[in-house]
Amino acid sequence: MSLINSMPEMALTTRIDDLLNWTRKSSIWYMMFGLACCAIEMMQTGGPRADLERFGMAPRATPRVSDLLIVSGTLTLKMALRTKVLYDQMPEPRYVVSMGSCANCGGLFQLAYSVCDGVDKVIPVDVYVPGCPPRPEALTEGLVKLQEKIQQERWLVRKTPPVGVRA
Amino acid sequence: MSLAGFEVEVQREVDGALATEDMTLSMGPQHPSTHGVLRFVVRADGEVMKEAIPDIGYLHRSIEKIAEKVGWHGFIPYTDRVDYVAAMFCNHGWAMAVEKLAGIEVPRRAEYCRVIADELCRIHSHLLSVGSMAMDIGAFTPFTHAIREREYLNDLFEELCGARLTFHYMRIGGVGWDLPPGWAEKVRRFLDRFEPIIEEYDRLISYNKIYAERLANVAVITPEEAIDYNLVGPNLRGSGVRYDVRRDDPYSVYPELEFDVPVGRGEMGTVGDCFDRYIVRMREMQQSCRIIRQCLDRLPDGPVIAKVPRNLKPPPGDCYVRIESARGDMGWYVVSDGTAFPHRCKIRTGSFAAISIIPKVSRNLMIADLIAVIASLDLVAPEIDR
Amino acid sequence: MPALEPAAIHAQLRRRFGEAVGDLVGSGRDASATVAPAVLPDVCRFLKTDPALAFDCLSNLSGVDYPKRNVIQVVYHLFSYRHRHWCVLKVDANRDAPVVPTVSHLWSHANWQEREVFDLLGVTFEGHPDLRRILMPEDWPGHPLRKDFVEPEEYHGIVTSRESLLKP
Repeated sequence: MSLINSMPEMALTTRIDDLLNWTRKSSIWYMMFGLACCAIEMMQTGGPRADLERFGMAPRATPRVSDLLIVSGTLTLKMALRTKVLYDQMPEPRYVVSMGSCANCGGLFQLAYSVCDGVDKVIPVDVYVPGCPPRPEALTEGLVKLQEKIQQERWLVRKTPPVGVRA
Repeated sequence: MSLAGFEVEVQREVDGALATEDMTLSMGPQHPSTHGVLRFVVRADGEVMKEAIPDIGYLHRSIEKIAEKVGWHGFIPYTDRVDYVAAMFCNHGWAMAVEKLAGIEVPRRAEYCRVIADELCRIHSHLLSVGSMAMDIGAFTPFTHAIREREYLNDLFEELCGARLTFHYMRIGGVGWDLPPGWAEKVRRFLDRFEPIIEEYDRLISYNKIYAERLANVAVITPEEAIDYNLVGPNLRGSGVRYDVRRDDPYSVYPELEFDVPVGRGEMGTVGDCFDRYIVRMREMQQSCRIIRQCLDRLPDGPVIAKVPRNLKPPPGDCYVRIESARGDMGWYVVSDGTAFPHRCKIRTGSFAAISIIPKVSRNLMIADLIAVIASLDLVAPEIDR
Repeated sequence: MPALEPAAIHAQLRRRFGEAVGDLVGSGRDASATVAPAVLPDVCRFLKTDPALAFDCLSNLSGVDYPKRNVIQVVYHLFSYRHRHWCVLKVDANRDAPVVPTVSHLWSHANWQEREVFDLLGVTFEGHPDLRRILMPEDWPGHPLRKDFVEPEEYHGIVTSRESLLKP
């Protein structure tokens, strides 16, 4: 039996997980964690040309109200300890995007004595965005990939914990 | 994260039945208004601060030590990161220091290309400084205007050297690439578009009553204090000292160019307050437009880079060169021991001195005024920590 | 008053302080004189307060490590806004226990610059009001800008090196 023209116009069929994830991925609030050069490109991405607000992403000042931590810039050892504290203060489900070479692996500062080679030594990372600094288009693509990742999460029936909730 | 080293005496006043205590707050290192990873330990009685002690080093990327490992040519990308908001100046300063040590002469066309790139970068940096200052005070719109203008500059830079932020444009002996065909015309169109926008900015924010009252008479720095703490650039000129390395200690082709040096005059309050430092930056952007137009008119033909050996080994010795960066006079002290690697490179930046004056000027200011002071001194964390 | 050449400034210093001020080495604006550490505060006070010299600004203070000569050299670049002239002083400190008198009571800029030289090279500045680390964390071992500095393997549980994924 065909479903076409047999459903009333107000009804929408979907899975609850898909609906929940669609609302959650469309309003990710990121914490302004601009450390170094990539912070300027993050600001430009939030600016008028490559607008992040059209994805529903608003910059927030404190970790308590943010879903996403965009680590943009070089992480020094002195800062790494504080980064862990800030990550712990974020409520779950929370995500981390590592933006730029320095946050991915230390970048061109691997020769330095005071730099932590990659933010994934202190906190778990969901999406790595390469570049030095990544263009706004690259950061946007990274965030869209994060949205795809969020869309795949399962909340009602799960075999493994969702991405944003880590044991 | 301890308060070790920042032990402050907490005063406890008992007034009748009401006992009050000072608060000790930690502003940073993650804070939306501190222009990078800076931390201030603030001892405040309610909203009025007794002391604001800066704590730095959260972005110390050991760039000076890396110079000793990567060699003369290979250090240029690292100089971009010393001050990423105004990266052309850092490239230029390093190139000048090495050219002075090795006795390399730069072709005339390369010098003009350098000055054009420098002045465009000055506009780039001042826009961000002025925009984020307005955002910190509370006005969000000028920031988006500034970001919009910076996007046009980013397009110009991308066509020139391939990068939007960390340019790596200058080389030892000249510049990396010649101006692309048609680029000069695009720069002129940008300047035609941009000069009225500075006036729009003035109408939008500069003489706005709330903005002026937030900035006037806040953190007045006298000329003697400014010289004692080695403030440079717009910070020094905002206090009334008419000194500009481009005019008084010229390098490159600046002796042939005409431009004014704006100085703070206490328009809205006292000479040396936050408003003066802000307005000096606005006027400097106008002067930069003037300089770029003159350079484009006089651009000579010729090569854009001198013949420099790849395995460069300057003779042993040291030198100290200065360049007028967007944040002021940036000094480069470079020591060579005759090998292919620098022996020592010390970068003396304007923001390092500017942050050291904050404990002095921030007594009896409110915490919101501290934000205005930090923004008006145009601190950027990479210059402080290197 | 006109700007003085480095040779003229050096001659005045020699007249007043004798052999404690070494010969002028180098040319142009980078010509420098090595000063004995003991007379450094007096030399600097003279340079700052004398009306013909009037060095009101300490433009740069850097430390350089010379392991072959077994010294750590502290270099002072002084500038006068009034007369627009320069002076470069160098002080050699023994590398095993480097001690140099402070000039932070003359120029406030020296306060933080000396803290940085202490932090990165280990030079103790006698008389400094607040000598502690400024760029590195308080519990960092060693002085990084020395030529024989060895990076620690780990810091607070974070391993300081990263394995390269490109294995041959």
